[in-house]
Amino acid sequence: MLTCINDTMFPETGKAVVRLLRRLGVDVDFPPGQTCCGQPMVNTGYLDEAVPVVRQFTSAFEGYDAVVVPSGSCVGCVRHQHGLVARRSGDPALVDAVAATSPKTYELTEFLVDVLGVTDVGATFAHTVTYHPTCHSLRMLGVGDRPLQLLQQVRRLRLVELPAAEECCGFGGTFALKNAETSVAMGSDKVRHARGTGAEVLVASDNSCLLHLGGMLSREQAGMRVMHLAEILASTQDQPAVVGS
Amino acid sequence: MPPFPQAAHTALADTQLRSNLRHATHTIRDKRQRVVDEVDQWEALRTKGAQVKDDMLAHLDEHLLTLEASLTARGAIVHWARDAAEACAIVAQVATDHGVDEVVKVKSMATQEIELNEALAAQGIAAWETDLAELIVQLGDDLPSHILVPAIHRNRSEIRQIFLDHMAGSGRPAPADLTDEPRELAGAARLHLREKFLRAKVAVSGANFAVAETGTLVVVESEGNGRMCLTLPEVLISVVGIEKVLPRFADLDTFLQLLPRSSTGERMNPYTSMWSGITPGDGPQEVHVVLLDNGRTNVLADEVGRQALRCIRCSACLNVCPVYERTGGHAYGSVYPGPIGAILVPLLKGVGHDAQVDSLPYASSLCGRCYEVCPVKIDIPEVLVHLRAEVVDAHRDGWPTGMDLAMRATSVLFADPGRMSLAVKASGVANRVVAGLTGLPGVHGRSLPGGRAAIGRLPGPGAAWSDARDLPVPPRTSFRTWWTQTHGGRDETAGGRS
Amino acid sequence: MTARDDVLARVRSALHTATPRPLVAPDQPASRSPETVSGTSDATRGGATSGLVDLFEERVADYRAVVVRCTEAEVADAVRHGLADSGTVVVPDGFPDDLLGLPTGARRVTDDGLDAHALDAVDAVVTLATVGIAETGTIILDHGTGQGRRALSLVPDRHVCVVRADQVVADVPEAVTLLDRSGAATRPMTWISGPSATSDIELDRVEGVHGPRTLHVVIVV
Repeated sequence: MLTCINDTMFPETGKAVVRLLRRLGVDVDFPPGQTCCGQPMVNTGYLDEAVPVVRQFTSAFEGYDAVVVPSGSCVGCVRHQHGLVARRSGDPALVDAVAATSPKTYELTEFLVDVLGVTDVGATFAHTVTYHPTCHSLRMLGVGDRPLQLLQQVRRLRLVELPAAEECCGFGGTFALKNAETSVAMGSDKVRHARGTGAEVLVASDNSCLLHLGGMLSREQAGMRVMHLAEILASTQDQPAVVGS
Repeated sequence: MPPFPQAAHTALADTQLRSNLRHATHTIRDKRQRVVDEVDQWEALRTKGAQVKDDMLAHLDEHLLTLEASLTARGAIVHWARDAAEACAIVAQVATDHGVDEVVKVKSMATQEIELNEALAAQGIAAWETDLAELIVQLGDDLPSHILVPAIHRNRSEIRQIFLDHMAGSGRPAPADLTDEPRELAGAARLHLREKFLRAKVAVSGANFAVAETGTLVVVESEGNGRMCLTLPEVLISVVGIEKVLPRFADLDTFLQLLPRSSTGERMNPYTSMWSGITPGDGPQEVHVVLLDNGRTNVLADEVGRQALRCIRCSACLNVCPVYERTGGHAYGSVYPGPIGAILVPLLKGVGHDAQVDSLPYASSLCGRCYEVCPVKIDIPEVLVHLRAEVVDAHRDGWPTGMDLAMRATSVLFADPGRMSLAVKASGVANRVVAGLTGLPGVHGRSLPGGRAAIGRLPGPGAAWSDARDLPVPPRTSFRTWWTQTHGGRDETAGGRS
Repeated sequence: MTARDDVLARVRSALHTATPRPLVAPDQPASRSPETVSGTSDATRGGATSGLVDLFEERVADYRAVVVRCTEAEVADAVRHGLADSGTVVVPDGFPDDLLGLPTGARRVTDDGLDAHALDAVDAVVTLATVGIAETGTIILDHGTGQGRRALSLVPDRHVCVVRADQVVADVPEAVTLLDRSGAATRPMTWISGPSATSDIELDRVEGVHGPRTLHVVIVV
């Protein structure tokens, strides 16, 4: 699953995931029935509105071995909240469908490290990067240092540690709108830490957090880029990812 | 109180406050981490704490009856209170029966929750807070902003000024040459309060735990003001939330490990007092215990929210919360601030009646750090999401808000991939329109994912985003269009790069 | 309907309405046995091993309390030393005379129901204890023989406490078990970990607010 935000706003991330997984020998498909995991509705309290979206998710991914998602928070929603939505619907068929799809849904780095068993994905990326572990991949999924293991194997990449990395960036879905000032106050600290590393690129595994942080870096004219981890892992000697517009 | 976002606005603008909060929360969270790391089986201990509380809650009625019987057998007088008004009336009546016009108080969340001081003041009874931080708050006519360190928002020079200005109004004045050294400030509080301790006839406390089988009440503290109140006066009234019960004395082993480490970041707090009813010749000879509901049974009836009754008021969740760290406790508009307050207050009061209460479950980015540190494993993010759904459901019959309409529209869109494709195509068109109108592709130095042009300012509700953040212009080609055009990316050149 | 009946009815109705959900991730149960729950090593188990007393001494000192270790014969001197220049010392009933050493010129005060003001005029108190906890550096008074009622070890500004090495247990669970079995659970108890302290001003720890500002612990080995 690509996620709605990547599909509509960040197609390059999707292309990177496809290139990366194909390179590792995975048979990749993009079932066109997929839309969204339902997280925006669930986390804002609109459970009834989430029911048809979750239903659409389960029908789109029925029959696949694994659903790979380049977003920790979307996977968090699938694994930890789809059950709640299904129970709310009162539809036992949906409860069963969720029970079938949720456990086979993986965040990208989990799939690479745990399922494929690789940390060296054959990537090359000649830039200095710092990594922000997003809250949901860190605390809801417990992906641990898998993203760092992957980054450490990327040729020519220089990884610098992000101070207070485990702190939330302040995005939080509709929190960024409902409590915009607090969200920005949190983001400012994250951006300050990131800029302090001197890295060229701030990397994360979730474009929603990067939408927020990138939006702040852009407003500050910071000259620092944000990139999804998948784009770095997809980058090779022959087909390098482009940094800077 | 205004809803959270408006209340937070004031706090966010106060740089002194933010600096005080940042220093304080980081200091305690680091201390906590050090002493937690010392315990090999911390995770198992957390689970045990949660299990003991859950098992207790599942038979709460039986444990309350056992507690009542044990207390009565040990000479205590047990009262029951459905709500704040009843609890306050009981305390006021006991004080009035003894003809006093003042009581001394140990810091207690339950008595703050029921606004006991205000209720006693209305009866002409002064309630003196004796915890140093509570004293600072009371003298400054301020509100507590943290469960453990209620004056966390005040620095030493502010405290000095409060003492100089206000101590004289309620007893022994602060020394005229008082400096802002914490040791001197604490010394001034010692002298100011000692005369109150020595003359007080009636004291009011809460309890951290109430052991059913032995009737033992437990108060955990640092300064000794608790011991003064629990020991010197003739009459002691303890207001105890019904969720504070522990079935057995042996259960204290878990909680006396979890609480100090989670709360002050110490292996053990300086003083823990335990007493059971009356002991002839030692301490108060008249002991009252008020068992307080005040919404707790509502929480018990909520199967997701019930876990909030495990809370032991340690405040570890406040100290790691990125929202609390930046807004402070006052923004939550309640004696229970931070992540636990954001769930406890709506659970106790119910949602759908008050915009301020309804705003609390949204005062979180759902980052999950509160759950990680909670000594009794309250899944605060889960309860927040659950309460958000209750807030939305409570307003379903009303006039739809912008968010209601947006979520309904998005739901319709995402339920049907055909509609989504059309919408995505439209956004590609919108991109060209927006870009054409604003000349945005010419914006330089913008750095968004995909390294592309950004929209600077949005009108209307979008301004909440764009006041401080740029937004990327939607790409011309969505992923799904690219996938179709390039036969699943096998012919990449056909779709080109967006 | 009384408030009591009403609250109990609400509790029962709530328990009837909501099905409690099982706790996710039921980790291995936290054992009651101290060697698995506490962070202390095997060497600190089972009574007065020297490792246990060492840890107790170190942890009490961590709170900036004064700790001394001495033999039975040296206790009276250690107590005298701990009382420093106190002019009046309240000595609870049952405190052994052979352990009591008073500073020159100091007056021994007997607790014959001293009121709070009288107690406030006393400089120091000397007590026994009932249990010591090594891991947390805690002394527990159950206010039995030689320990005095609660106010005695609270109001005077200096507290000298004599703890026997064989009273020291490894950790909190062991202490709770011991107190539970000994029947102390219904007695008033005070757990003391260092002198009175506050961190309410900018999280700066200050020793001594309302309780004794000086805690002097004598460990008898």
